Amino acid sequence: MKVSITVNGKEHHSDVEPRTLLVHYIRETLELTGTNVGCDTSSCGACTIHLNGEAVKSCTMLAVQADGDSVTTIEGLAKDGVMHPMQTAFMENHGLQCGYCTPGMVMAAIGLLNENPKPTEEQVRMGLEGNLCRCTGYHNIVKSVLAAASSK
Amino acid sequence: MAGSILGNRVLRKEDPKFLTTGGKYIEDLNDEPMFAGALHVTYVRSTVAHAKIINIDLSECKNAPGVVAVFTASDLGLEEEASGFNAAAKRAHLAIGKVRWVGELVAAIVTERPDQGEDATERAIIDYETLEPLIDLEHAMTSMNLIYEECGSNIVMGTVEMGMPDNTGDELFKDCEVVVKGRFMNQRVAPCPLEARGSAATWIDGRLIQWISTQHAQGVRNEVVKANKIDAEKVRIITPDVGGGFGAKISAYSEELLLGNISKNVGKPVRWRETRSESMVGLGHGRAQLQYITIGGTKEGRVTAYQLNAIQDSGGWVDVGTVLAPFMTRPMAQGVYDIEKMECRTTSVVTNTTPIVAYRGAGRPEATAAIERAMDLFAAEIGKDPVDVRRMNLIPKFMQPYATKIGHVYDVGDYGTALDKALAVAKYSEARAEQAERRKRGDKIQLGIGVSVYVEITGGVDPMQEHAKVNVLPNGRAVVYTGTSPHGQGHVTSWAMIASSETGISIEDIDVVWGDTDLVPSGGGTMGSRSLQHGGAAVQKVSIELVDEARKLAAKLLEANESDVVLDKNTGAFHVAGTPAISKSWSDIATAADTKTGLTQEGIFVASSATFPFGSHVAIVEVDTETGQVKHRRHIACDDAGKVVNPLILDGQIHGGIAQGTAQALLEEFRYDQDGNPITTNFADYTFISAAELPSIEVVHMETPTFVNPLGAKGIGESGSIGSTPAVQSAVIDALLHLGVRHIDMPTTPERVWSAIASASA
Ligand code: FES
Ligand code: FES
Repeated sequence: MKVSITVNGKEHHSDVEPRTLLVHYIRETLELTGTNVGCDTSSCGACTIHLNGEAVKSCTMLAVQADGDSVTTIEGLAKDGVMHPMQTAFMENHGLQCGYCTPGMVMAAIGLLNENPKPTEEQVRMGLEGNLCRCTGYHNIVKSVLAAASSK
Repeated sequence: MAGSILGNRVLRKEDPKFLTTGGKYIEDLNDEPMFAGALHVTYVRSTVAHAKIINIDLSECKNAPGVVAVFTASDLGLEEEASGFNAAAKRAHLAIGKVRWVGELVAAIVTERPDQGEDATERAIIDYETLEPLIDLEHAMTSMNLIYEECGSNIVMGTVEMGMPDNTGDELFKDCEVVVKGRFMNQRVAPCPLEARGSAATWIDGRLIQWISTQHAQGVRNEVVKANKIDAEKVRIITPDVGGGFGAKISAYSEELLLGNISKNVGKPVRWRETRSESMVGLGHGRAQLQYITIGGTKEGRVTAYQLNAIQDSGGWVDVGTVLAPFMTRPMAQGVYDIEKMECRTTSVVTNTTPIVAYRGAGRPEATAAIERAMDLFAAEIGKDPVDVRRMNLIPKFMQPYATKIGHVYDVGDYGTALDKALAVAKYSEARAEQAERRKRGDKIQLGIGVSVYVEITGGVDPMQEHAKVNVLPNGRAVVYTGTSPHGQGHVTSWAMIASSETGISIEDIDVVWGDTDLVPSGGGTMGSRSLQHGGAAVQKVSIELVDEARKLAAKLLEANESDVVLDKNTGAFHVAGTPAISKSWSDIATAADTKTGLTQEGIFVASSATFPFGSHVAIVEVDTETGQVKHRRHIACDDAGKVVNPLILDGQIHGGIAQGTAQALLEEFRYDQDGNPITTNFADYTFISAAELPSIEVVHMETPTFVNPLGAKGIGESGSIGSTPAVQSAVIDALLHLGVRHIDMPTTPERVWSAIASASA
């Protein structure tokens, strides 16, 4: 099926199989491998991207469902070599270790602040419940998100 | 050292990549030319726990779309091989004659595309004659239905069998005024690195090149050499970025060890990746130790005798988990206490479950959990505060090696101070006062306070040494080659800091290389909290030697006496003492050494012994006495890992360990039904801990340097998972002590907490 999806500001016209998941379209067709896959039950959030500005798990939808939509992945966040404030906050607060959850976590965190620009620690923890990290114990991830929120 | 970068909170050099394009994990290597035309391997796994294989029929698989080849053990010429830990236990990488756990590999299917493999494996027809599934540990121990017939028993290793003294039973406690017994299940958990396993293999000019998501390329190389029956120089292992390991990615597994053979057979590169559901049964599990403890002493609280009888579940293969009980749990069984009479027996038993491997802490969390729970039971029995009882029994501060009763020698220890520091931040007496208030009022939500004091062993597994090479290039940049293998631990930053602090080359100009056996042929990988104390110490030693060599060259270039030449570490330039204006840079010196390759120094650091980090954790939880719901409110951790190179990274290691340790205490358990069917095989069913279930962690620093290495550093990678588990578990129980609850096995789920309350009040 023919789809046209704008990814990181660039429009892509592709022919995809109807059963292709959006995450596979992003990783395999577009070869944007920053977005990861950590589970097969929509539980981990490693695949989180932005769809029309909202954080979604890209393993939960088909590529054809994104036809005509605008997608942002981790690769599209930095502008002219300058990191997005959330990326900077993760760096400054050691919000990542192995990095596998990181792209999804950063996208989810930006989505969270879009909805709630000044969250409490509790709200950040609840808001990131669907994004799993095995390395950091979440402490520095929460700290990163709060730092990004207060620097706004 | 003036101006040293060590000890500073330096941001990680590796982060910009991970944050902007993401890491390059095995599945991301699409542009690797050596993978061109790669086929995909999918494995047919056993769906039964214990059975004889009557017949394997793959004929229908061959007809599935995209199938290129199918293989059974005999198709690949596989033979059974003995376990390195018990020669009587033998199995092959694809099952021969018998399957021993759900998820064991039975056949391999090669397809053009990865998605075709799943469809094809469903067409495999395997006739099984089922055997009794041995899931219950104590039943398996005595059953004469054997998992490995040639072992003559399901007991595959034991301390008594190895000639260590047996436990003497109640005799040990005959002089005690108070004796308490307990039975604790340190449950089976799944390591769950967020990146599941993956690997790729190809043959180029008679050499096998294999990429693998691993913690130890050099160890994997040796396994690949053995599996393919070829010489070591015919194998190259390359480690891409690795999305977590936690011990479970130390050794290579059958899935990975078969790829060279399969690639050779199909004449093309092959790739393999697993789904999460496969990973949950295919990647080794952790813990799974049943503990019987007896503790005895005086009514005042002096503990005089302690006995641990540990029964270790090995799972369906005699893997690393088998040896953790005798060689990790037993040596650490005494913990931080001065106990006159100490005994520990361990018995490792095979069952029809996923094999047990090393998982963050690997045998030490089990030892700590046993004695810390025992201390609490003892305190509850004599009606004393668990902190007071601990204080009465702690080994006093020592700065010289201390020999324990069980036969280990700790390097340095100051357990009382760690405990005091943690309690001070926790405001322990205020918390106890609040607890008393809530009890008096009969509040629905009760407060529980759990305290642990632990000591563990790090860098204690062979090889107790590490290799390093530092190469300064003619352009003045340096490359550090290390035998450790970071997968989140930040060695790129820490090793650059160490090399920089000796050479004065700025950390931006230092690169770190690891995990490619052609570039780093020897190395011990990253495991057992060894990296800094072995690998970091090696980088330091070699950097110092490099500076000595450079000084000689600088003396020549400056036409000066070598002894007059000094290195200004602020500028990274050599000059004659007193005349800094005339100097030679690293670039000058490297160019003088060799205009192409620069100056290189290589060497090995050998540690004289293991190190013994210690600390104390305090957990404060709220327990809803009507629903059994637990809320972890505060976690205070004082972990002493000796000298700190980068406190940012240190704290991160502590946080991560605490999350995993807390997960074991509160949430996580890998479960089987009685037929041996796994029932927690994905992230929807396995209760992986999230941010919502954890508090922020209050880290209290303490630095007692070790004399074992010049850095003064001990390991920190596992401390969090050792100190936290018993503190959190004890806190839950402590909240219910006044209701008569004495113990709840982990994970302390609402269900278990609720029934503990119900049966205590019945
Ligand atoms: S891969 Fe999408 S939620 Fe796990
Ligand atoms: S940093 Fe490794 S999973 Fe989050």
